[in-house]
Amino acid sequence: MSTAKRLVSLVCLVLVFALVAGCAQKPAEPAKPAEQAKPAEPAKPAEPAEIKIGVVAPITGDVATFGVNTHRGVELAVKQLNDKGGVLGKKVVLKVEDDKNQPTETAAAVQKLITQDKVTAIIGSVASKCTLAGAPIAQSNKVPMISPTSTNEKVTQVGEYIFRACFIDPFQGAVMAKFAYENLKVKTAACLFDVTNDYTKGLAESFKANFEKLGGKVVEYQTYNVGDQDFKPQLTKIKAQNPDVLFLSDYYNTVGLIAKQVREMGLKCILLGGDGWDSAELGKIGGTAIEGGYFSNHYSKDAKNPEAVAFLDAFKKAYNEDPDALAALAYDATMILCDAIKRAGKLDGGAIKDAMSSTKDFKAVSGSITIDPATRNPIKSAVVLKVDKGGKFAFEALVNP
Amino acid sequence: MSNASARSSFAAGFLRTFIAPAVILAILYQAIVAAFGKNDYYMYVLTLSCMNVILATSLNLINGFTGQFSLGHAGFMAVGAYLAGSLTKFTHWPFVPALVVGAIGASLAGVLVGLPTLRLRGDYLAIATLGFGEIIRMLIIASDQIGLKFLEGPRGVMGITKYTSFGWAYLLAGISVWVLTNFIWSTHGRACVSVREDEVAAEAMGVNTTRYKVMAFCIGAGFAGLAGGLHAHFLQLLHPSSYDFLKSVDYLVMVVVGGMGSLTGCAVAAVFLTVFNEVLRRALELRMLIYAICLVIIMLTRPQGLLGGKEISLGAFKYLVPSYGRSRAGSGERGLT
Repeated sequence: MSTAKRLVSLVCLVLVFALVAGCAQKPAEPAKPAEQAKPAEPAKPAEPAEIKIGVVAPITGDVATFGVNTHRGVELAVKQLNDKGGVLGKKVVLKVEDDKNQPTETAAAVQKLITQDKVTAIIGSVASKCTLAGAPIAQSNKVPMISPTSTNEKVTQVGEYIFRACFIDPFQGAVMAKFAYENLKVKTAACLFDVTNDYTKGLAESFKANFEKLGGKVVEYQTYNVGDQDFKPQLTKIKAQNPDVLFLSDYYNTVGLIAKQVREMGLKCILLGGDGWDSAELGKIGGTAIEGGYFSNHYSKDAKNPEAVAFLDAFKKAYNEDPDALAALAYDATMILCDAIKRAGKLDGGAIKDAMSSTKDFKAVSGSITIDPATRNPIKSAVVLKVDKGGKFAFEALVNP
Repeated sequence: MSNASARSSFAAGFLRTFIAPAVILAILYQAIVAAFGKNDYYMYVLTLSCMNVILATSLNLINGFTGQFSLGHAGFMAVGAYLAGSLTKFTHWPFVPALVVGAIGASLAGVLVGLPTLRLRGDYLAIATLGFGEIIRMLIIASDQIGLKFLEGPRGVMGITKYTSFGWAYLLAGISVWVLTNFIWSTHGRACVSVREDEVAAEAMGVNTTRYKVMAFCIGAGFAGLAGGLHAHFLQLLHPSSYDFLKSVDYLVMVVVGGMGSLTGCAVAAVFLTVFNEVLRRALELRMLIYAICLVIIMLTRPQGLLGGKEISLGAFKYLVPSYGRSRAGSGERGLT
């Protein structure tokens, strides 16, 4: 009796598993050709009257302001495009999804946009960790995806359908090295960075490599650990070498602390940094110590290229606020994507992807953008900002690598 | 009870708890597919729901049934995810052994954390487990500094093969619920509940409380590791921030909403909250507001959770929970402690 029952349950188990596995397998396989056929459909006579573009951004969660500003940037770009008659004569419609800055949510949102809304392309997400989770889904469904602000090198390595509108982390080190050597005309530099943080380390490494390549000399290369408050031992060593500039690649809070100690030690060198400095808090923490420092950034509202001037104006009018780098990059990402759709001439994922990777000298808010077809990273200029009296940022220079 | 009849009731229990609902749901699913067509997005949400069921029910064993307040579930999940993910990616192991090793690894982490910290109670334990979760995350972030360069620290590992399908997630959720149900209604499970009800009295009755607390932690962590492995092969990404403290809170919310001490309750809550979260996605800025208001309403009207300490047994499903009828008579109403 018991053996029979066990046998029955075993058979049932096998059957159920086959059945359940069958359920799971089936949608995976036939769905793919269907999905691939979808973008091709609009090329046929029965064209939809609108272009659906998905947006994934952290509109709630720990970096909600990033998401809201990204959304605004995209919204403004789409409004301007539609006012001018849309793209390919079609109205652009946005489908916006929130991802709470969580990778699992981004993947769900991307899946939803592709399956439910059948979007032509996707803009998003903000943080690299989120874009990395959503990108494989876009890639396997052959839907082009462009992230405005994900700086992790790996994002675009997911596949040929994944792009970005911002520069990658090591690029900023190169920009600041060039700025220091050519604009500030200094010959010696020192680096001080957090060895446990990928971002600060990457920037410092690339600054050192590029500064030395240009002919400068990095006289001290000092590290600390996250959470350190006292930097005097490292600064003593740096002071002995008396460099012209000190490259601090950390975020604004740590940079502020270091800057104060730099001046207390009587060091006179100019301070340099990356986009981690970009916060109104920098001046509050660093006080007068940080004044006269320079850092690289994606966008400055004082940039003088006509696109930036027009964008600043339109953004202020629409939202009654100054745009930040996130809004500018989201605007650029939308414009790059729509430009590619125009050049592709149809709503086919493959054609848009090809058009996007052949983007050349596109006049964007954050400077002229050329997409490198091999890495799908933009080749663009960076802005260098100066920290003025009272911690205000002023546009200093546009640097091309 | 003779050995044979015990075995037969074991097999029948397995049949009832796991196979019968699986058959019903599989048929239901086929019917839905036939009626509305296939949909990758719905499959995605369902798969996610299954993983959340594993996480919520296993956390309920620790928090609801044994009465230990753990906030480190995402940490155990991370252990399982990184172990299983690395095994399939770097050593090309097949999916199932990798999942098993991930679960065992998380289970061992559970014992490791459990042995010293389970001497603590209440808030102290919560803080200790929270600390554990953060330590795991920081270790992963620092992995490239401590000789595990392939884990790439804060950058995460991408390109994990997508092995997790709805079938796998459902099967493993079924197995998890089945194992947990059987554990809870076993002698050991009873001992765990006695620890929750009154630790001093349990000790006086000869229950080795530390042993049962560690046992609950070990089993709960093991299933969290299993879900972590599934999650890694679902998202195709290993990233330390996927397993932060807020994730632990998400699962805790599922347990509290479903009912501390109700496996079916928290399973239902896990599915409900996963789907609800997806439904609200388009609400954008209002999303978390609506979500939070709903949670507040649920807590005001059902402070013991949707099901309190009870289990679902609806009509046809009446006999699906093994020995349910018998044990309920003995245990009486089991609300929150």
